[in-house]
Amino acid sequence: MASRKTSHRIRENGDKYSVLLPTYNERENLPLIVWLLVKYFGESGHNYEVIIIDDGSPDGTLEVAEQLQRIYGQDRILLRPRAKKLGLGTAYIHGVKHATGNFIFIMDADLSHHPKFIPEFIQKQKEGNYDLVSGTRYRGNGGVYGWDLRRKLISRGANFLTQVLLRPNASDLTGSFRYEVLNVFCEYSNTGETVCVTSGICCFIHSRLYKKEVLENLVERCVSKGYVFQMEMIVRARQLNYSVGEVRPKFIFLNSY
Amino acid sequence: MTKLLQWLLGVSLLVAVWALVTWDLLDLSLPDTYRDVAWPMPLYLLVSFGCYSLATVGYRVATFNDCEDAALELQQQIKEAKDDLKRKGLKM
Repeated sequence: MASRKTSHRIRENGDKYSVLLPTYNERENLPLIVWLLVKYFGESGHNYEVIIIDDGSPDGTLEVAEQLQRIYGQDRILLRPRAKKLGLGTAYIHGVKHATGNFIFIMDADLSHHPKFIPEFIQKQKEGNYDLVSGTRYRGNGGVYGWDLRRKLISRGANFLTQVLLRPNASDLTGSFRYEVLNVFCEYSNTGETVCVTSGICCFIHSRLYKKEVLENLVERCVSKGYVFQMEMIVRARQLNYSVGEVRPKFIFLNSY
Repeated sequence: MTKLLQWLLGVSLLVAVWALVTWDLLDLSLPDTYRDVAWPMPLYLLVSFGCYSLATVGYRVATFNDCEDAALELQQQIKEAKDDLKRKGLKM
């Protein structure tokens, strides 16, 4: 059986990209996302590692992760599981502690963020030496698949409202919204010190690329619970004058909520 | 200064100017045209903002990109991934 020849350009510039994948009950999707990550990172030649942070999934996600580790090697797939569901923010903090790369990708394990855009993120970051690069669904070729009118309306509406109130100058603050209620009084100070009290918006993970020290700094400062802090992170990033680049990936939602 | 404070300050300022002109609080004796224009201003601004919001959100919803072919590509890659992983020994 002839082996398939693939040419991998090995880059010698010393940058390493850590991909944080918090998972909960992603037994079906985890092998697929890891396969895609390996494929696109392999083709691009960049040095990388994938850190799977499983929060005690009852469906055996960790088992699948261990199999993947055996297939792809322990230097590429790192497992840093936790005993129970402790939330997204802490999953990132946990992941960043174990990351050996100088850049961090955060993305969903449910295939809504396609790894094929990773080279685009990396390139964008290098273009402007951005502190963080965010994917926008709203501009250019960015888009979604699998959303009905109601979801689009909620997404655009809530985003508009937030833009008016907070004027943060990023075109897409969150991955998507689950609820329509927005508690209005947000207390963002320009020095980044006061507490954020937005609540009532549930945001899904947004795929982003961060410089490691930027992510550490931001996660430390954000105090909202659960998914909301995703939005808080980018608002604070703006306040702290971190440079934010944007790319236009396509978000695909195969399982509509 | 927090965003909340910024908003409150801005709104207070506008309300103060509006009240001043509408009810002549400082006895400036401005010509009547000023008063006639200022009096319905809050309502006008509110309605304009409402229309602007509707138009903006409406436009943005209408131009929300749908990426059908990206979804198809993904479905295909899922199949490819499953086959490849099975060969490598993954038990799904």
